[in-house]
Amino acid sequence: MAETTAQAITTQAITAQPPAGPLRAADGAPLKLSLARAQRRGKLRAFALVAPLLLFVALTFIAPIGEMLFRSVENQIVPDNMPRTVAALADWTSETAPLPSDAAFAAVVADFGEMIEARNHTRVGQRLNYEASGFSSLFRKMGREIPRIAGDPRAGLIEADKAWGQTDTWVTLKRFSGNYTPAYFLSAVDLTRTADGAIVQKPENERIYVYLFARTMWISLLITVATLLLGYPIAYLLATLPLRTSNVLMILVLLPFWTSLLVRTSAWIVLLQQQGVINDVLVWLGLVANEARLQMIFNQTGTMIAMTHILLPFMILPLYSVMKTIPPYYVRAAKSLGATNWTAFWRVYFPQSTPGIGAGAILVFILSIGYYITPELVGGTSGVFISNRIAFHITNSLNWGLAAALATLLLALVMILYWLYDRLVGIDNVKLG
Amino acid sequence: MLKKMMAGAALAGLMAGPLAAQTTDLTIVSWGGAYSNSQNKAYHEPYAAQNAAVKIINDESSSQAVAKLRAMNEAGNITWDVVDVEGPDSQRLCDEGLAMRIDFDDWLAPATSAGSASALATMVSSMNLEGLSPEAMMDALSQMQAMTGDVSAAADFGEALINECFIPQIVFSTTFGYRTDVAAWGGKTPTSVCDVFDLATFPGKRSLERGPKKNLEWALLCDGVAKADLYDVLSTPEGVQRALAKLDTIKPETIWWTAGAETPQRLADGEVVIGSTYNGRLFAVIEEQKQPVAMLWDYQVFDFDGWIIPTGVPEAKMPVIKDYIRFATDTQRLADQAKYISYGPARASSAPRVSTHAERGIEMAQHMPTDPANRGNILVNNIEWWADNQDEVEAVFQAWLAR
Repeated sequence: MAETTAQAITTQAITAQPPAGPLRAADGAPLKLSLARAQRRGKLRAFALVAPLLLFVALTFIAPIGEMLFRSVENQIVPDNMPRTVAALADWTSETAPLPSDAAFAAVVADFGEMIEARNHTRVGQRLNYEASGFSSLFRKMGREIPRIAGDPRAGLIEADKAWGQTDTWVTLKRFSGNYTPAYFLSAVDLTRTADGAIVQKPENERIYVYLFARTMWISLLITVATLLLGYPIAYLLATLPLRTSNVLMILVLLPFWTSLLVRTSAWIVLLQQQGVINDVLVWLGLVANEARLQMIFNQTGTMIAMTHILLPFMILPLYSVMKTIPPYYVRAAKSLGATNWTAFWRVYFPQSTPGIGAGAILVFILSIGYYITPELVGGTSGVFISNRIAFHITNSLNWGLAAALATLLLALVMILYWLYDRLVGIDNVKLG
Repeated sequence: MLKKMMAGAALAGLMAGPLAAQTTDLTIVSWGGAYSNSQNKAYHEPYAAQNAAVKIINDESSSQAVAKLRAMNEAGNITWDVVDVEGPDSQRLCDEGLAMRIDFDDWLAPATSAGSASALATMVSSMNLEGLSPEAMMDALSQMQAMTGDVSAAADFGEALINECFIPQIVFSTTFGYRTDVAAWGGKTPTSVCDVFDLATFPGKRSLERGPKKNLEWALLCDGVAKADLYDVLSTPEGVQRALAKLDTIKPETIWWTAGAETPQRLADGEVVIGSTYNGRLFAVIEEQKQPVAMLWDYQVFDFDGWIIPTGVPEAKMPVIKDYIRFATDTQRLADQAKYISYGPARASSAPRVSTHAERGIEMAQHMPTDPANRGNILVNNIEWWADNQDEVEAVFQAWLAR
């Protein structure tokens, strides 16, 4: 009995010996394959679970951003509507002749014929007007004049409007005859092209976007520093006080956070304006003369104060959640080993709180460079951001190409900063809690 | 219980079904506030009273109308039927193909006479028909024609028809209001638009619109440019610089606004002593809130506000839209709107019918920008010039502001 058992075990042991060749699963298939199959099933299931979110993100986030990026270079409206003109101008340059051939004039008249029928000519005119003032009314006027042109197209066009006899008109038409154009991006960094195609800076009194980008970054940086300076002690207090007290204080932090942004911004106007509460108090105390009331709003100061207040919770909350995890006995240990209060804080506590500083700083900085409504309301002229210009081009001037180029640059800027931060500090060191 | 509720819901569904088929929703987009209120009272309510089958839905998105219409157009889903926009915006929408072109004689009601039949009778009876010369006879006939309403809509609206897409409603103006209790002015009050630029006589903060339109014109006028030459001067780069140089003199004392409500608020707070805004807003501050503020009508800038119909509204809705527009822009309705807000009707034939404020009994005519006493010096926005030059001048202006 014992012998047979031992035999059976031996046989088993022998058959369990790895056979020559690949490992095989119970059904005889190579183990590697069967494992991959099993994993694939798992992966597919995981993918199926993620798929709805992925689809959602792709449809609502990636696709619109892609479309926005595309708008900043897209120029199909001109070649689509004026195909003959584009073809006729292909060989012409302003160096060979000041005006293009008769064929180009005839092409313009023919293209206009179709555009007027489709009622598209004013639209094309608007597009070109972004590049050179006057195209809007020229194209609108042509809508009335072209049907009257009979006979020689060259003479007819120039008689209808002398702009057709000017080289600049044709240079602009030719420059924007392609499907894609870098013009929006050039405008977005205050560059333009001269008649001979060289890229130069715009005249000084038209440069604005680079300046606004720089200002946006600078004020955002100041706001980030201000929220850090104000938020750090509060977060420390919240993290070290007994739970009951800190909960009450936490509500004081969260209450404004839950209040409407517009209400808080308007409240700052009431407080800070020249006839406002703060100025009234200062005058009443005799610290400020009635005629010399302080201008604290509708300028950079206003933007800084209001935005620092609004973004403060975004600094306090990550700081608090990181500080909550710092064991208090580290500092006690440092002190028992003879460290002063300051050394214990600076050498022991502060380094452990830096992941919270990183998270809060990134959060506040990135939120503030895209901020729109607060600078619009309290920024006056010296406190508005690049986002206010983007909004202007979306809602007022309808120059969506330029708005898209500006937004793309803003996006790129944020990504570069994020990358820099990762290189310098390391994104792994950021903790939200 | 649940069964009961479900049965109720089904019943409600059954009842809503045929009803929904009968009523047509008409989405009307406007500016909100006192302005929408005036339209509600003068147009929507009387129209709804006559047309039970039409349900008017108010949307207060006019300030973003241009951008939203373009987005709707690109998405191919137009959810608005009638949109209230300012003249320059209508030009943009028309050029972009976002607003429908309108055949005015087909869409708009002809003028109805100012005088009633009895006025006509009085006129006829007072005339000595036998002794009339042929010229006088023709003259009298054309007067009678005007009185009996045989004036085409296009002639009645006249200059207000600024482009092929725009159905005018009101004339409004951008003008200045000032505080009447400024001690530093020593009892003087501003009488000319150039007093805005006179910091020595009229010290204090100003409130101006954050954009080049109107500001550049006023600056040039006060820099000695004749009204007739304004746009010729502005067409040169030096002209724009000249206007900005004039604005530089008050730039440190200026707060810039983007919403029409800001200047009235700042005037009421005493935050500014003089500022530009729409005349209806100032009317509200002066007459309704009784603030120590007065109007400075000098060189008020006229603009029109009116309806456009978005391109691509469903064909099936067109009869209702057309019917509403015809109703809302006839002589009496336009005059009625002026009972609720101090904007002048865009029809010439409506002007004599403007009466008193519906709730306050204030005589409205004197508060209209079109009143002869107020229109000594006026400017009319050159929409064509701005359509061409807005983008470039705007860039220069914003660069100037940012520094």
